[in-house]
Amino acid sequence: MSQIALNTSSAIGQSTADAHAPVRIAMRNLNFYYGDAPALKNVSLDFHDRQVTALIGPSGCGKSTLLRTCNRIYSLYPEQRADGEILLDGQNILSPSVDVNELRARVGMVFQKPTPFPMSIYDNIAFGIRLYEKLPKSELDGRVEEALKKAALWNEARDKLRQSGLSLSGGQQQRLCIARTIAQNPEVILLDEPTSALDPISTGKIEELIEQLREEFTIVIVTHNMQQAARISQFTAFMYLGELVEFGPTNKMFMTPSKKQTQDYITGRFG
Amino acid sequence: MTMNDVLTPTKMAKSQPWGRVRRGRYVADRALKVTCALFTALGAFVLGWILLMLIVEGVSGFSPALFTQTTPGPGTQGGGIANALVGSLILTFLGIAVATPIGVLAGTYLAEYGKGSKLAEVIRFLNDVLLAAPSILIGLFVYTLMVQPMGSYSGWAGGVALAIIAIPVIVRTTEDMLRLVPGSLREAGAALGAPLSTVIMQVSWRAARAGMVTGILLATARIAGETAPLLFTALNNNFWFKGNLMGGVSNLPVMIYQFALAPYQNWRELAWAGALIITMSILALSVVARLIVKRDHVR
Repeated sequence: MSQIALNTSSAIGQSTADAHAPVRIAMRNLNFYYGDAPALKNVSLDFHDRQVTALIGPSGCGKSTLLRTCNRIYSLYPEQRADGEILLDGQNILSPSVDVNELRARVGMVFQKPTPFPMSIYDNIAFGIRLYEKLPKSELDGRVEEALKKAALWNEARDKLRQSGLSLSGGQQQRLCIARTIAQNPEVILLDEPTSALDPISTGKIEELIEQLREEFTIVIVTHNMQQAARISQFTAFMYLGELVEFGPTNKMFMTPSKKQTQDYITGRFG
Repeated sequence: MTMNDVLTPTKMAKSQPWGRVRRGRYVADRALKVTCALFTALGAFVLGWILLMLIVEGVSGFSPALFTQTTPGPGTQGGGIANALVGSLILTFLGIAVATPIGVLAGTYLAEYGKGSKLAEVIRFLNDVLLAAPSILIGLFVYTLMVQPMGSYSGWAGGVALAIIAIPVIVRTTEDMLRLVPGSLREAGAALGAPLSTVIMQVSWRAARAGMVTGILLATARIAGETAPLLFTALNNNFWFKGNLMGGVSNLPVMIYQFALAPYQNWRELAWAGALIITMSILALSVVARLIVKRDHVR
């Protein structure tokens, strides 16, 4: 056990958690159901501003479900529902009066598999901007360039903005999806296992990118990779069977977790 | 260890005995392969025979007059099928122009909006019934619906009858192609705050575009050769299209139907030539449809 704990701990502490950072999203007594089956049980959890929070736990523990409540993407499926409160800057986003499309422009999401639209690289990024802003061409060009630069894709894509987004490699496609999301200037970025379909080099690039994006956005990432959680996050939440088992600064979670279940999981004893 | 050691290992793991597969398995394997090949050859032979006969008979009827002169009356020599070609183009275009928006939108409803709804299930079932409906029935239906009340055969009625044949084909292919668009793409669109209508028009339709266009082309090929729906609607005549769709409109399929069994040699030759032209047009449409799909896969 100590061996593994040492291995993971060596990568921790690149940047420490700022517990005084204001809370961007606060979940209170959140429950979630797929039809009648409960998937989240009474979860209360804070995501701090400009911090990376990693959600870890074994498959089926509800981490992706939790992520999918933050932009209400689950509401595409009528049989899925949530109750409780999710406060984004003090406003309960589960309230029916909230416009989900506006919410999703404020809370962006990147998926496990890259999802470039079947259009040019430029249009992929302009897609999200055009939804909410009417910009003259020159300004739109600037926004596309800015988003590609922030997503560390500009150097590779600058000469082929008119080519299909599908012509990029898997890792580039994923950075395109991140660029598309940040082009909308969201407050929060949700990442659902963004590197699990990528090779190690692409994964490394995305992790570096997340580190930079943290300066501007609140980031929540679901990951199966414990080392990744340790490397890139400031806060970690460990979930099991739909419940939040433990939440705290990442270095504490990985070095001295207070629950035995957490310790067993991060040392690879189960999960 | 040198390279030689690898190439000639001195010690190998003990192997299982060979020859455990029963002889009968090889025989059954070979027998199925030969049977499948035989029946494929039979199918291809019949098809080839039809095509060959069509080409031999059709080409002999080819002449410049075919494309310049109108269909001849009884007992007159020569003549062409230019009026029927023009009429067929008009009717097919009219039919597909009516069927495309209806078919695409209905297919979109079934795939994007009607997931799991009872209404969508009923529509899907009725569409499948319509897909298999005898085309003569559709001809009769449009006859009672349009020809009788309007008191005249018309190109309009012909176009509507062809559209009714094409709609279920387009509905079906549109729905199938949209269902192949991964749900993750729709989620990604929604996650950017795009309303469903935007996701459908800018993401789903784009992703399914090649398949949908192919479906429309195949529907065009299908109605280009339909005869029965035109018998009671557009009818046929020996005159040029005069810019008015009222009254009969000359067209290839009905022309073939009427001329092929006629007692005049020149009529029969024209019928063969017309059949060859229709077949070649349908073949061309199918090839184009395939090319579109192929190009989409390469990209």
